[in-house]
Formats: sequence, C-alpha cells, structure tokens
Amino acid sequence: MAVLLIAEHNNKELKPFTLNAATAASQIDAEVHAVIIGQNSTDAAKQLSELPVIKKVLSVEAAHYENFTAENYSPIIIKLAKNYSHIICSANTFGKNLMPRIAAHLDTSQVSDIIKVISPDTFLRPIYAGNAFATIKSKDEKKCVTIRPTSFDPCESTGGSASIEKIDASEEFSNTKFIKREEIKSDRPELGTARIVVSGGRGMQSGDNFKLITEIADKLGAAIGASRAAVDAGYISNDHQVGQTGKVVVPDLYIAIGISGAIQHLAGMKESKVIVAINKDGEAPIFSVADYGLEADLFEALPQFMEELNKLNTIQK
Amino acid sequence: MKILVAVKRVIDYNVQIRVKEDGTGVVTDNVKMSTNPPDDNAIEEAVKIKEAGKATEVVAVTVGEEKAQETVRKALAVGADKGIHVQADGILEPLAVSKILQKIVDKEKPDLVFMGKQAIDDDCNQTGQMLSALLNWPQATFASKINVKDNKLEVTREIDEGLETIEINVPAIVTCDLRLNEPRYASLPNIMKAKKKPIEKIVVSELGVDISPRLEQLKVEEPPKRKAGIKVANVAELVQKLKNEAKVI
Repeated sequence: MAVLLIAEHNNKELKPFTLNAATAASQIDAEVHAVIIGQNSTDAAKQLSELPVIKKVLSVEAAHYENFTAENYSPIIIKLAKNYSHIICSANTFGKNLMPRIAAHLDTSQVSDIIKVISPDTFLRPIYAGNAFATIKSKDEKKCVTIRPTSFDPCESTGGSASIEKIDASEEFSNTKFIKREEIKSDRPELGTARIVVSGGRGMQSGDNFKLITEIADKLGAAIGASRAAVDAGYISNDHQVGQTGKVVVPDLYIAIGISGAIQHLAGMKESKVIVAINKDGEAPIFSVADYGLEADLFEALPQFMEELNKLNTIQK
Repeated sequence: MKILVAVKRVIDYNVQIRVKEDGTGVVTDNVKMSTNPPDDNAIEEAVKIKEAGKATEVVAVTVGEEKAQETVRKALAVGADKGIHVQADGILEPLAVSKILQKIVDKEKPDLVFMGKQAIDDDCNQTGQMLSALLNWPQATFASKINVKDNKLEVTREIDEGLETIEINVPAIVTCDLRLNEPRYASLPNIMKAKKKPIEKIVVSELGVDISPRLEQLKVEEPPKRKAGIKVANVAELVQKLKNEAKVI
C-alpha cells in the first residue's frame, strides 16, 4: 500500500517543509501520494504534482479549508486513509496540531518527530529534548508519522508530472472558527531553513541590544534566533525561539551569543554543523557543544565581529 | 463552567538525562521528578479563570504510578478544588492516556479540558489533540492567550509563522504553551490546605479501556556526541577560523 503525504501550503504555494516530508515519505515506500486540502489552491496542487517523488496528487478545495484547521482537515484524511499504509507530514506546528487528531480516529499510536526511517515500521526519534534517541517499532496496521523536517533533505521540486485527482470535500466542523493570523514578515531567511542563524540570550540584557545581532545577521544573510530566556524577558518575539518547545534548527552555522546553553535550548540547535558560542562565562554549558568558543563580553565582541566581517572581501550567502 | 486539567509527572526539566546502559530507557531511580512544565501553565490558567468568576470548579487529573499523585497534590496546592488519580503502571502511550481521559470526561462532564502542549519526557505532543478527536470537540493547541466569552473561547495560538487566533465553542480542549502565563508558587498554608482536599483514586482497569502499547521501544541510546571544540583567543581568530577552516562564511 502507498504512503499518503499531507501537503502544507498557504493556498498559493507549498510550504518548503513539504519537500522534506516528501523525502521521508519516499524512504518508507516508493509509491507516495500527496493530498492537498485548501481553497483556491490549484497552483500549489500543480507545484505538488511536479515533485518527482510524488506519484499522484489528490486535491480538494472548499471555503472551510482556507485556514487549515485540523478539525476540518482530519475527516477527509481519515476517509482517504483506508487506501494507505502510512500517513506522513511535518512535525511543525501544522503537523503537530493535525496528525494526532487523525491518529486517534484511526486508533493508531502516532510516532512523532522522527529523524530517521530505519524501515517502514521502525523509526528513530529524539526524546527528552534530544538527550536520548529512541528506536521505535510500530505494531499498528496504519502508521501515522510526523517527521522532523530539518533531519531530511528537501526533495527535487521540478521534473515530475503526477496526475491531479479532484476529490470531494467533507462537511464543515462548525465549532471552530478561524479569526486571524498574524504572520511576522521579514526580509531575512526563515529561521527553520536558514543557512546561518545568529541567536541571542539573556546576556543581551535588553531588546534594544538585539540590534547588535540584527546587524551581524544582515551582514551574513542569517536568520535571528533567541533562547527562551530572551523571549520570556521580552527582548524578542516568540517566533524566534530555538529549543525544545520552540523551533529546531540545523543550520551550517549557529552563533549563540549571551546564551548559557540550558538543556532545552541545546535541544533546538545542537545538530547544527558548526556552532560558535560567545559568552563571558567560560563555564557556560554552551561551550560544551561549541566548535569555536569565545570567552568575552559580548558588548565588546560584537562590534569587533562586525568590524572583522567588514574586512572580508567576500561573504558566502 | 467546570475545567478539567490533566497533569503529568516527568523528570524535572533541570535534570541532566542519563541513558541506561542496557538501552532500555533513561535512568529514573533517585531522579528529581516534577510536574511537566506546560501543565503548570494549564493549572494556572484554569485557576485564574475561576478566580475571575468565569469557572466554578477546577479538577486536576493525572494518570500514572502511585507517586504521580504528588502532581495532583501540587495542583491542589495552587488552587485546584479536587483531584483524580488514575493509577496505571508501565509505559502509557498518548493514545492510551487520551482514552483514559475520555472516560474521565464522561464521568466529570467538564466544559473545558486544559493540559500542557507537550510532555518534556517523550516529547510526543499528541494527547490533547487525540482527546479532542475522541470527543469530537474543538481543539486550540499551543495557546498563549485565552479569552473566555459566554460558551466560547477566543484563543491565540503560537504557530511557526507567528500567531493565530481562533474562536472555539465549549466544550473544548486547550493545550497550553509556556507563554500563556506565569505559574504561581504554592504557599505553605495552601500546601497544608491541599492535604485536606480530596483525591479520588481510580484503578485503570476499572475504566475498561485498551491501554496496551502499540509501539515497541527497541532501543534507547545516547545521541552522537559532538567532537570537542576549541576556544579562540579573540574575534579576529574566530572570523578567520569560520572563513578558512570551517568555511561557513
């Protein structure tokens, strides 16, 4: 039986992590179908059909799918589930909200946030904020699996030509009403997919001081992250939070500034390829995961860092 | 309005986890345990709603071994009126817990069920959504703001893109983000008072739900360790290393 991927999109285009989830789905079974549920989402459906790993696209449109509520999404996926061995989507806020609702209806024990497909029924997933890895085998007939997007490469986005089959909408769930979405717009790369992330912690001492980080992030073409302590102190908004309950990032370069390295923060960034820590406390736990540690007062180090970057002839983007 | 709050006993968030040498799990003997952090936010919010006169009763429920009762006792000490301890040993998957909670909901008939968005031990992030599926109730996950209206809640949710606001009709499930509020500490007099509050004990077998595990944990291991890094002397050396050695800028 084939694998069903739930596409995440904004009605106009696919969200980037759909490509990572497609890769994970294709590692479970070569026959991957994808369902796209939205309103006026024809362009996104076409984009989905062009992913070479997708063999068939199921598309459904209705006004009550416009805002992706789990209560409206799940009935249609449950109906489709009889034809599939696995249901897959990303373990971001979209998939975390949706998949358990599907799994419970199917009486399936969900496997959350996998970082590796070992076999079609066995997966590797982090537990305890990534301080342990568990190998989990599912004995359920149907498997509901969410994947950690940063642990799978995005699939090719062009060259495919899967058929697009229209399916009927299910009834609206009337007890949940969407009011509004406040998306934080930024010219910088998205935190979850950025090649470089520059993060600040409580050591920044104020929201104003984050401009030291902004400046460096702009120079490097980086996204801006933060520890929970910095978010809780009100220095920066929550969508920047990296950690167990925030975002998990795996950039090529992660620069932690004034971050002590609490367990829950390390959970969100310690898989980064290169980690830099700048902290005046030489004993801070962040140094235990850093490839390059600089023990220094950040208010002296950051202006110097900017100066050194300005001296470079070229900076990779 | 009656609010049921589900709380879980987990290894304290400040404890450095150690994996058992035989690969069967993590060490829990003689390790400090406490309430799952976002479950504290769930209790706090329920108590605040009651204090604002918008709820009449807050019931705290936990599912787990004998000592899980401590978690309920703590909830009573910060303002819950009554506790329920469903005694169950061994590994309980979120699906099983949600089936147990469904039975408790049938019995207690709450208007709202609150719980943390995720437990920091298994990091599953499933139980609230599963319970709302089983009950066919609306769900507001990752809540960072709750506004109680007549038979409705307006909830602001933390999503990857920023914030989302939804309105849900009661009865409903809310899973709480750490940002929802600042949980209070229990005062000594309230801890003493809590000792007199009732905790109903239910043995899981009485509920008649299938809680057998569907997942087999084949192995628990330590994550690969990072190679030890170096300390650099100054910013110039750092930038030079990033440029020429790591080649990332």
